[in-house]
Amino acid sequence: MSQPAELNIDRVAELSRLALTPEEKTRFSAQLGSILGHIEQLTKVDVTGIEPTAHAFPLNNVWAADVAQPALALSAALRNAPAQRDHMIVVPKVVD
Amino acid sequence: MNYEAVIGLEVHVQIKTHSKVFTRVGAGFGYEPNTLTDPVVLALPGTLPVMNKAALDAIIKAGLLLGCDIAPICKWDRKQYFYPDSPKNYQISQYDQPICIGGLVEIELPGAARNVMGEHKKIPLTRIHLEEDVGKLNHHATDSLVDYNRAGTPLMEIVSEPAMHTAEEAFAYLTSIRNTMIYGGISDCDMEKGQLRCDANISIRPIGETKLGTKVELKNLNSISYVRDGIAHEIKRQLAVVAAGGKLIQETRDYDGVAGTSQSLRSKEMAHDYRYFPDPDLMPVHVDEAWKAELLRTCPELPFDKQRRLIADYQIPYTITSVLIPDRELSDFFEATAQLAGTGRAQAVGNWIANDLLRELGAAKLPLSASKISPTNLATLIQLIDAGTLLNAAAKEVFATMFATGDAPAAIVARLGLAAAPTDAGELESWCRDSIAANPKALAEFKSGKDSAINAFKGPIMKAAKGKANPKLVDETLRRLLAEA
Repeated sequence: MSQPAELNIDRVAELSRLALTPEEKTRFSAQLGSILGHIEQLTKVDVTGIEPTAHAFPLNNVWAADVAQPALALSAALRNAPAQRDHMIVVPKVVD
Repeated sequence: MNYEAVIGLEVHVQIKTHSKVFTRVGAGFGYEPNTLTDPVVLALPGTLPVMNKAALDAIIKAGLLLGCDIAPICKWDRKQYFYPDSPKNYQISQYDQPICIGGLVEIELPGAARNVMGEHKKIPLTRIHLEEDVGKLNHHATDSLVDYNRAGTPLMEIVSEPAMHTAEEAFAYLTSIRNTMIYGGISDCDMEKGQLRCDANISIRPIGETKLGTKVELKNLNSISYVRDGIAHEIKRQLAVVAAGGKLIQETRDYDGVAGTSQSLRSKEMAHDYRYFPDPDLMPVHVDEAWKAELLRTCPELPFDKQRRLIADYQIPYTITSVLIPDRELSDFFEATAQLAGTGRAQAVGNWIANDLLRELGAAKLPLSASKISPTNLATLIQLIDAGTLLNAAAKEVFATMFATGDAPAAIVARLGLAAAPTDAGELESWCRDSIAANPKALAEFKSGKDSAINAFKGPIMKAAKGKANPKLVDETLRRLLAEA
């Protein structure tokens, strides 16, 4: 399937903070293009007279009362962090 | 050419709830880092958000207080971006269907003097929407540290129209929003705790021009005075660029309140493409009239309305109301005391609160709620002074004891023997005669129409009475005798 015109793999990679190799760019362009092509089929459906909706179910106001529950233990919260210091997750410097 | 500035503000207000907006782990400030997280906050696989009813109540109430239309239907959208402050890589927000639409914020500009009410204006709002706050980044020399305690805290974004023109207006707008949110119990709006945050969009244009100029977004206005200083600085900077023949560029600038300067943020940080789409995990919200009516019943009188009413009903000066009004509890305390004290004593009540009570609370570093002085006791103290039972100097001592112990003023007066001595009328009259006779110069002055000359007679009388004579009675007796003299 051909890549839709609006797919700019460099832009998508930049927004996702991913550094892609040229091979990856080719591979992912094809994969993402295939997904977009699939979605494009939806634009062919005749939606005349159909109200736009965010959900398929007529279900609203699903909520819970404001009662605080116990938090995750600190050790559990930080368990997946590649690096930690002072009980915080260490990430590459994000500002100058 | 003359230019005018055009300012729009985006104000973020954290809603004071027990739990977060889309999950039930506790929300709050000042906890050890990463101790207010749960699987939803950390976006662990398989988790789903559930709305917090109290956060919805609070934002609808905020909208009602600010005169917004409450949308009958609103929904949730995902704002996509990759940044370490958001573990999901998107923020749940409201894009094209916010919960509150329009609205007006009444502001007061500085008056000609401190004791004169300034001009009032109404600044139109565009919208208010609800979103989740993000985590906090702590930047260090070679890396950044992430604390997710704040992530998921309910956050309102209040967006104004570009309808302000001076830094003073922006300052007044933010002050008004803060007072209103505090009155409504919606947020404590402590800027030092990040509960109230403000970004400003600022541009300039030739006067008469209706199109907006090139907009600069000013960030990090994290104290209420930085808002005023930062905006004033940015307007000056833009005018200088144009005056020098330069061209303004659309950018985001970071204001450094300590240095009083700003610098452009790298354009890379601004490469936004949020690709909003409806969040499939959250159902829309329908607000009906019954829900709105229920919340309307919990809405307090707005601060400016209360101020106008206190001035009209109690005949107290503007200066006192401007001390009382920003603090809802303090102004309620005033009203309760003034009603108990009785007609004609409201100004005295205001003075005791604005001067003495606030001074004692400040010195003891206590909030009003911890004060031992009740409206009943303060009202009684003022009645005792009015009745001549208590002289001013003694009243100050009684007040200090009331503040320390919470005892009733009459009990303190009796215990400390501070009551004004019941003066024998004959004795007082003879002291007055002696004093007049001893000061023919003051007598002549008074006779020639200088009313203040009467004060010269009072010192010797008070001395003779050992400070316990009722000044009102002294004044009356003196005037009677002087009329005869």
